[in-house]
Amino acid sequence: MTCTEFLALLDDLIDGTVSPELRTELQAHLGRCGHCEVIYNTTRKTIEIYRSHEIYDLPAGLRERLHSAIMARCKKCS
Amino acid sequence: MAGEFEPHPDVALVERVRGGDVSAYDSLVRKYERQVFRIAQHITQNREDAEDVTQDAFLKAYEKLEQFQGNSKFYTWLVRIAVNESLMRLRKRRTGKMVSIDEDVETEEGSVPRDLADWAPNPEQNYNQAELAEILRKTIQGLPPGFRIVFVLRDVEGLSTEETAETLGLSVPAVKSRLLRARLQLRERLSRYFRRKKGPSETRLGKTGLGETGMEK
Repeated sequence: MTCTEFLALLDDLIDGTVSPELRTELQAHLGRCGHCEVIYNTTRKTIEIYRSHEIYDLPAGLRERLHSAIMARCKKCS
Repeated sequence: MAGEFEPHPDVALVERVRGGDVSAYDSLVRKYERQVFRIAQHITQNREDAEDVTQDAFLKAYEKLEQFQGNSKFYTWLVRIAVNESLMRLRKRRTGKMVSIDEDVETEEGSVPRDLADWAPNPEQNYNQAELAEILRKTIQGLPPGFRIVFVLRDVEGLSTEETAETLGLSVPAVKSRLLRARLQLRERLSRYFRRKKGPSETRLGKTGLGETGMEK
């Protein structure tokens, strides 16, 4: 397997959507290619960091604003 | 997938709202306000717009709840409304200039990794929270909009490839291709901040990328 072939399957490997046979081949490539290993690890880390860090705080008062807006539309609530 | 035959807890909440119990809708708001606001912020790139969009999306979902089909998840249905509201807001703001997330972006950037330096272990710990959030915001804001939204829906908000495709009106292969490029571009850009600190003899590739560095074509 070449690096180009590996990169084409990088997402499938990360998302766990490869067959066990293909996974073995991809792992074997990782074992002998330091560059692809770095790309694989840092790409996974990239996803993990974005998943676990809130980069936009919820504005204060938004929930109350939503609640009032919905109550205003609610016909059965008056 | 767990419980294909067990109804999702949202189904009961939706039923209660349909039956006139508005407090059940508050529960849905509390559950998803964060996600809706984040998506709106990622698309509009503007805090006020994102707030307005969040309100509009929840109101629209409330009013259209009768049309909601129980065979799709309430969350993905809500996300679709939020994406549409965000795009409408963008179009209003940039009058005359069409904003499109469905045209493919002609860019090779990031499709071939160039920065092959390894990262520091737990690189995010080298920054305080505010610095890290700023780095992450700046980095993702630099992505083409059509890549950014695919990455956000798929990797941050946890939609499946199929759900992302349906939400954005894209084909599954288009979503896959954008996701790969989005991930690689983000990785490449974050590398600047997260790489292991070493001397000047870094593994930094020239413009040609693959082929000149021991990577096999």
